[in-house]
Amino acid sequence: MIWSRHNTSSPLRADATLARVTGSLAMAVAVLLGLVILLLIRESWGMLVDGGWVRFFDSEGWYPQRGQFDLLPMLWATLAASLGALLIALPLGMMSAVFSRFYAPGWMVSSLRRVMMLLAGIPSVVYGLWGLTVLVPLIAQWEPPGASLLAAILILALMVLPTVALTSEAALAAVSPASLQGAAALGLSRKGIVLGVALPEARAGIMTGALLAALRALGETMAVLMVAGNVVQTPGSVFDSVRVLTANIALEMPYAIGDHRAALFATGLMLMLIVTLLSWLAGRREELAHV
Amino acid sequence: MFKQPARYSDVMLTLLVWLATLLVVGLFAWLVGDLILHGYSKLNLAFLLDVPQNAGREGGIAPILVSTLLILAVALLATLPLGLATAVYLSEYTNGALANGIRMSLNILAGVPSIVFGLFGNALFCIWLGMGFSIWSGGLTLACMMLPLFISTTESGLSAVTNEWRHGAAALGLSHTAALWQVLLPAASPAITAGLMLSIGRALAETAALIFTSGYVDRMPTSLSDSGRALSVHIYDLSMNVTGGDASAYGSALVLIITLMVISGIAVGLTNRFLSQRITPS
Amino acid sequence: MKLTIKIAATLCITVLTLGSSFADTQKLVLTGSSTVAPLALEIGKRFEQRNPGIRVDVQSGGSTRGVNDARTGLADIGMASRALKPTESDLTSYRIAMDGIGIILHQDNPVQTLSDDQIREIYTGKISNWQAVGGEDRKITVVNKAEGRSTLELFLHHFQLNNPEIRAHVVIGDNQQGIKTVAGSVGAIGYVSIGTAEYEQTHGTPIRLLAMDGVAATVDIVRAGRFPLLRPLNLVIKGAPNALALRFITFAQSQAVDDLVTTQYFVPLAR
Repeated sequence: MIWSRHNTSSPLRADATLARVTGSLAMAVAVLLGLVILLLIRESWGMLVDGGWVRFFDSEGWYPQRGQFDLLPMLWATLAASLGALLIALPLGMMSAVFSRFYAPGWMVSSLRRVMMLLAGIPSVVYGLWGLTVLVPLIAQWEPPGASLLAAILILALMVLPTVALTSEAALAAVSPASLQGAAALGLSRKGIVLGVALPEARAGIMTGALLAALRALGETMAVLMVAGNVVQTPGSVFDSVRVLTANIALEMPYAIGDHRAALFATGLMLMLIVTLLSWLAGRREELAHV
Repeated sequence: MFKQPARYSDVMLTLLVWLATLLVVGLFAWLVGDLILHGYSKLNLAFLLDVPQNAGREGGIAPILVSTLLILAVALLATLPLGLATAVYLSEYTNGALANGIRMSLNILAGVPSIVFGLFGNALFCIWLGMGFSIWSGGLTLACMMLPLFISTTESGLSAVTNEWRHGAAALGLSHTAALWQVLLPAASPAITAGLMLSIGRALAETAALIFTSGYVDRMPTSLSDSGRALSVHIYDLSMNVTGGDASAYGSALVLIITLMVISGIAVGLTNRFLSQRITPS
Repeated sequence: MKLTIKIAATLCITVLTLGSSFADTQKLVLTGSSTVAPLALEIGKRFEQRNPGIRVDVQSGGSTRGVNDARTGLADIGMASRALKPTESDLTSYRIAMDGIGIILHQDNPVQTLSDDQIREIYTGKISNWQAVGGEDRKITVVNKAEGRSTLELFLHHFQLNNPEIRAHVVIGDNQQGIKTVAGSVGAIGYVSIGTAEYEQTHGTPIRLLAMDGVAATVDIVRAGRFPLLRPLNLVIKGAPNALALRFITFAQSQAVDDLVTTQYFVPLAR
């Protein structure tokens, strides 16, 4: 660590202790994940063995009381809602971070950060409530039923916006002044500095924020439950009512027994699979970028 | 530094950036405005100091505030040391398979839906470890949820610190530990602050996980092993379950937002005091 | 720095010592239906007032959880917003209140009554426009409850439908979600607890209760037992209740808590 990152030789005993302590605590985190996966597998075992999982893909709809567990419509809904939310939140979040760092007058910066912080702390149930009482009726006037994929996308975008904005802002703050001054010295305009120097250098931090936002969008339950309509169908248009995987778990878990319950836990496993895939892809992209 | 003759693309970007920010702030104002409209009638000292009556529709939220703060305290007590240590380990000590494995684990944890965490927390803390419905269970479950967020942002910040500073520390003869406390963590403090704010926000906003772990009881907790209702659970119950609970729900939501502002302000202030004063980050 | 460390240490110690619990009070644990939970909470508080030294802890989690917890002993008493199923015959249920289920429309919807057949056809998608039942030219937005809820099962049973036959546009979880959905959309139709709907109606929420089978949907009629769609709110116990649980159940079924039942917008037991 002293000469560079990951160079950990040092003669001091305090440093060896530091290494051991941080190491074991980091391990604890990996163990935690192991425990979560263990729980999910144990509870969903009934649905996974003996080819039971095939029911997730070739049933005729989601009718648990009759042993029908078609997950595909909900899978599409989850992906569509999260993707849509990211398409809105990423540009908006990054631009407000850029604004905060490069365009805002001094006094605005801390207030903006506070706004973002507040948005981050509003409970999902409040977002859901606002969505249900304000957004859904608005959409319903345009095209019933109002509780739809569009409502879910908009609410999710609002919810992940602070994550993107705050992490992007922190990443932009970490861009070295030397790079910025060098760019200015070369005669670049503000736009040039922002787009050509600051954003690329902050890319790693921004990508972290984007991944965190994607993960949050995929895992969000309460708010989407209240505004998306919860009808199990593959969305044909953004005005269609949809049910996402997380809302399904929340809606039915309190009343599920046996196979139904196992199916819901298996849904949780599937979500983790998607998340794993996403993080792996993000990791690969980063590796390729550093080549 | 930015005095250049304005060109078309410059103006476009400026416009875009201003519009984006105005949109975001506008949406925020709309939402909070709606909350204030429906909930301001409940905001008075009595609301903060009384106990809930009539299923929460009357009276106040004092026990609930106390439970919430205790749950947050437990969660932070668990997250901060564990999170900092893991972030330091990932950033400074390892690379390769082990680090990637831990990073992957964190990302996967970050994507687990909150209700799954609730069931997990219930199984692990309430049943297996025997804590039952309690503030301990709730706080520790929240810590599990906050960790990925906090570690990701802190590690991101530490990685962004250039090696020059590490070289400088070595040249001055600092040990790893000293270099960490005096140089690296202060340099990464914007990211740490961001991570802290996001984590606290996430913790206060969490509902589904807490219903199954810290529970529903709205009595003033006398110990950490008591069940205590968190503010977010209270808001959920009032708005979705109790007839006529809307006004109290909105009032509680406002209190939660104000609490968040206060706590984050303290957290940021403390972080700056401990870290930033040693080195100005930029 | 030293001062801050001292303060932090004091805080930590305070927090940790709070962790020791008091073990000399008797505790009664109830888990289950989130519908019954607010009522049980208030009854519990009144019970605590009259019986110092006893604590009543109420947790939610759903009717099925309540039944399971009563069975495994995780809870002393389970709460269920439905009658016990045949598979749950090892448990005994004690009714503490009744709840009627009524159909609601948006206030601005001119339709005044709907026959059972019309409701059936609306819910199965055969009728999709309000014009067909005497209303305006507007699409019907059908609001249905999620599977497993007792309200849904009662609805299906009364109208002799199966869930797969229903063509819903919005599926809701809790009562309030149903009310807010219908209140936000002029073309919506749903079904909720009558007490809740009456409250909302009198407080300006733009919904309206519909008569069923010619019987008006009011709490008084539910109390008189004349409303066709009813569900019981139950406390369930496995085997014989212990002394404390029995005291609580007797209290919960007594007239002493009738006012609590009505303030939660349920219907007290007829006596």
